[in-house]
Amino acid sequence: MLCDSCGERDAVVQLTRIEGGEVKLLHLCERCAAENGVETSVPTPKHPLGDFLQAVQQQAALTSVDGSRCVFCHTTMSDFRATGRWGCARCYTTFEHGMRELLRRVHGSAKHIGKAYRPPQSETIEREAALGELRERLRRAIESEQFELAADLRDRIKVLE
Amino acid sequence: MSIDLSLLPDGGVGWLDASGKHADIVLSTRIRLARNVEGYAFTARARDGERLRVLSQVREALSSVQELREAVLYRLDELSPTDRALLHERHLVSKELAGLDAQHPLRSGAAVFLSDGLGVMVNEEDHLRLQALRSGFALEEAFAAIDRLDRDLGARVPFSFHAEFGFLTACPTNVGTGMRASVLIHLPGLVHTKEMGRVLAGLQQMGLTYRGLYGEGSEVVGNYFQISNQTTLGRSEEELLDQLLRVVGHVIEREEEARRVLLRDAGYIIEDKLWRAYGTLRYARSLTFDEAMNYLSGVRLAVGLKLVTGLSVYTLNKLLIFSQAAHLAYAEGRPLTESETNLARARYVRKALEEEAGTVG
Repeated sequence: MLCDSCGERDAVVQLTRIEGGEVKLLHLCERCAAENGVETSVPTPKHPLGDFLQAVQQQAALTSVDGSRCVFCHTTMSDFRATGRWGCARCYTTFEHGMRELLRRVHGSAKHIGKAYRPPQSETIEREAALGELRERLRRAIESEQFELAADLRDRIKVLE
Repeated sequence: MSIDLSLLPDGGVGWLDASGKHADIVLSTRIRLARNVEGYAFTARARDGERLRVLSQVREALSSVQELREAVLYRLDELSPTDRALLHERHLVSKELAGLDAQHPLRSGAAVFLSDGLGVMVNEEDHLRLQALRSGFALEEAFAAIDRLDRDLGARVPFSFHAEFGFLTACPTNVGTGMRASVLIHLPGLVHTKEMGRVLAGLQQMGLTYRGLYGEGSEVVGNYFQISNQTTLGRSEEELLDQLLRVVGHVIEREEEARRVLLRDAGYIIEDKLWRAYGTLRYARSLTFDEAMNYLSGVRLAVGLKLVTGLSVYTLNKLLIFSQAAHLAYAEGRPLTESETNLARARYVRKALEEEAGTVG
């Protein structure tokens, strides 16, 4: 089945959405699902079993479609050969098999030993996004001279900050 | 309407001020980090909407990042070709981001945030290219600045990172640290003494590489070389910088030695040649870009050798940037044909040298 949103890629996620009392069933590909705020990648494991589950799920994700095509951006090995560019971060796991050899040829090593990085927790990202929206609403409120609303928004921004 | 570069605190050219170490030989130091935002396909494969969302996410995050809170945002996708060329000529955006590269047409969402010596290109080959630019030979300072920006932004925007492969990038040649540190260096002594070939071969053996004035794919003109790390994976940022620091330090010594040899063995020939270069720049009525670059190289060498005094390295740096086609068109306030550009260039160079001419000897 093709994705209801882009109509290009295979649908892998079923999204049930309730809009104005109406239940809608959407079939989405991974990328459109991500755009709709559905996190399809596996969260960081919190207990030992998590590692195992993650491995199984990744395995499933990789084998559920043609193994030579990235599930997220649909880049193929021949795309890479033509452009020398990967299509997304997921390509690095999709094509992990030949990746180490490729990186060793390019860099003489396949192991990152530079700066370690941990992405911000999703609460932080959500807070930043909420702040962004509030600031935008504040700007509009001031522009349209709705000062009571503006004061209220300013307070809410202060709390979040 | 034309772009307003006065919005930038230093016009985006603070790196020209010839203030850093070895500024007569090393024009500038640049460090860039390639980063991608988690959740989107890389730029070339992303849809217009995705690229615009990357831009707004980064914009929002930067509003609370101290170093770039006051940054100016230029939307390349809304600028005229001349304005985009202007930013590129100032080394503030890459050719690809400016959409000046035939292979990479201008993308929606292509933008750059600029502040004092720091910049963030958005929707380049990678979603983000953070860069720090400094005058002279200043790797440590540039790295301190870019590292801080990277940490601050990375705490607000999730970067694509893999425990084994490091920061993930569109091109596998950038993966790992995502860092390219480069030094723009003027090496006429090594070129004239025919030592350059050996030096370049040596660089490659040390895991470094070189490019022309504008980075990847650009030709070497006016004896300007950009020396940078070749690999980005398997060594830490500190190791990569340390290597570049040592090798460039060595190259500077070799250049100084070559200059001494030139003066000793061919003193009057060199002196004559360099004064002729100065004379041409001072009086020519039409100059092509390559001609101007080559003569400017000669004059820069003459200043370095103290054959010519009273002419500042800062003026020479400015000439390098402001005598380029888009800058000349900007100054004239209209598009110029090629021959008009050459006339305008000669006029500009003459005027700049004339202003300092009283003290030149």
